[in-house]
Amino acid sequence: MAKALLTLQSVHSYYGSLHVLKGVSLHVRAGEIVALLGANGAGKTTTLKTISGLLKPRKGRVEFQGENISRLSAEAIVKKGIAHVPEGRRVFSSLTVAANLELGAFARRDYQAIKNDLQEIQERFPILRERARQLAGTLSGGEQQILAIARALMARPKLLLLDEPSMGLAPRLVKQIFAIIRRLQEAGTTILLIEQNARAALKVADRGYVMETGSISLDGSAAELMDHNEVKRAYLGKGYQEVWEE
Amino acid sequence: MTEYLLHISIISGLYIILALSLNLIIGYCGQVSLGHAAFYGLGAYTSALTAIHWQLPFVLSLPLAAVLAALFGLGLGIPTLRLKDDYLAIVTLGFGVIVDLILLNLEITGGPDGLTRIPPPSLLGLDFRSKVWYSLLVAAAVLLIVGLLYRLVHSRHGRALKAIRDHEMTARVMGINTAAYKIAIFTLAAGLAGLAGSLYAHYITFINPESFGLHTSILILTMVVLGGMGSLLGSVVGAAVLTILPEMFRRFADYQDVAYGAMLIALLIWRPQGLLGVGSISQKFSLGRGKAKKEG
Repeated sequence: MAKALLTLQSVHSYYGSLHVLKGVSLHVRAGEIVALLGANGAGKTTTLKTISGLLKPRKGRVEFQGENISRLSAEAIVKKGIAHVPEGRRVFSSLTVAANLELGAFARRDYQAIKNDLQEIQERFPILRERARQLAGTLSGGEQQILAIARALMARPKLLLLDEPSMGLAPRLVKQIFAIIRRLQEAGTTILLIEQNARAALKVADRGYVMETGSISLDGSAAELMDHNEVKRAYLGKGYQEVWEE
Repeated sequence: MTEYLLHISIISGLYIILALSLNLIIGYCGQVSLGHAAFYGLGAYTSALTAIHWQLPFVLSLPLAAVLAALFGLGLGIPTLRLKDDYLAIVTLGFGVIVDLILLNLEITGGPDGLTRIPPPSLLGLDFRSKVWYSLLVAAAVLLIVGLLYRLVHSRHGRALKAIRDHEMTARVMGINTAAYKIAIFTLAAGLAGLAGSLYAHYITFINPESFGLHTSILILTMVVLGGMGSLLGSVVGAAVLTILPEMFRRFADYQDVAYGAMLIALLIWRPQGLLGVGSISQKFSLGRGKAKKEG
């Protein structure tokens, strides 16, 4: 078994006095896509925020490449190689597409390599080259999501945290986003993925975790989870059948 | 008449510096400060007192005024700007009131009468009692500051500031130390306001707390909003317009406030983003509310 790239050991996080994560433990091995599933309010986004340093865990450990990062600032964690794509396609709308991409490399100092990476990213996502001089706020929803992911790649992350990349996108675009995710994995990026669209997520993922009210209620390989009634229940409640089968 | 025009241009220049510096806070950090005049006042009093009591030359009292105002900005910014929400507006409002009260009540500041006989600058042997030279001095300061800010805004740091303004949390996951940036900008803005205060004190040669109260803070804020938040040129235009227009309305003294108010209302209806700005003030506040709801 490959050594874990990221490990969370019974992590507790709070928003003020609100206890959101109640002992979350999970791990992600290098090269994997791991899906983090669960209903709204289960604590998935909070888990990602805790990993990327936007929230400090009050108890427990977050280990990245064997090092405890739970006390590090968000800036330091980006430098360690974790890039976070927040939910809701948060592009910097008053900046150009190119400036957004360059901001993705903000934590880096190897300016020549950044230039090359920018070229390469624009080749990989030609739409971003076409629209390089356009303000990011004028892009369509799907283009903004591509930009948000491409911007995170500019940090040359070892681990990519994706928060609901398919949210609010048309089915055709959802397919495109998942194709991109699979290509990223092939290129060697490790991904921890939050999705509402559990079926689509489990199709690309190697393994998955299901969260319920602040802790992990289930974990297993993607194939196991796909068949698991618990997953369907955790997600959809009673009467899930028709929605799931669609 | 020339004297009068030069006077207007000097005052415009000072307000341009004040509006530019406040615009850094509002337009580039997305924070609202309601006490900018307090830093202006701190600069004016520091410069005046050191010149009167220690006979400090202008070349020293001016930077000292800027540094002291900046230090107050830093002291205020560190506890406030690390917090997530818009506490800065409340804290700066309170700070403005406190500074006003202190200036009114301390003996050394001369209380409500203020300070008189502030020496004009002595620099390169030029006579700065002449409005011509003084307007050139202010113009040089304005040009220098505009050039400096232009470079800042178009640098890598400027881009980070715009990212913070667009969405702070996302800026943080890019590896931008948002708290440090906001504190640095607030400190810089306070320092520039202090510098403007020093230029004002040595020009007008008598100062009292009245010039540095809430009224002035609101006036500077109005200049920024009129010119457009996040636009350097906008602040220059906004400050110039709001210094010159009231002078023009002076002829119809009875209607001056009416004309002024009507102009602002018209602006908010037809041009809420300001003359040259990108985002409107109402947008800033509604965005703030939406964000708070979502993350809270």
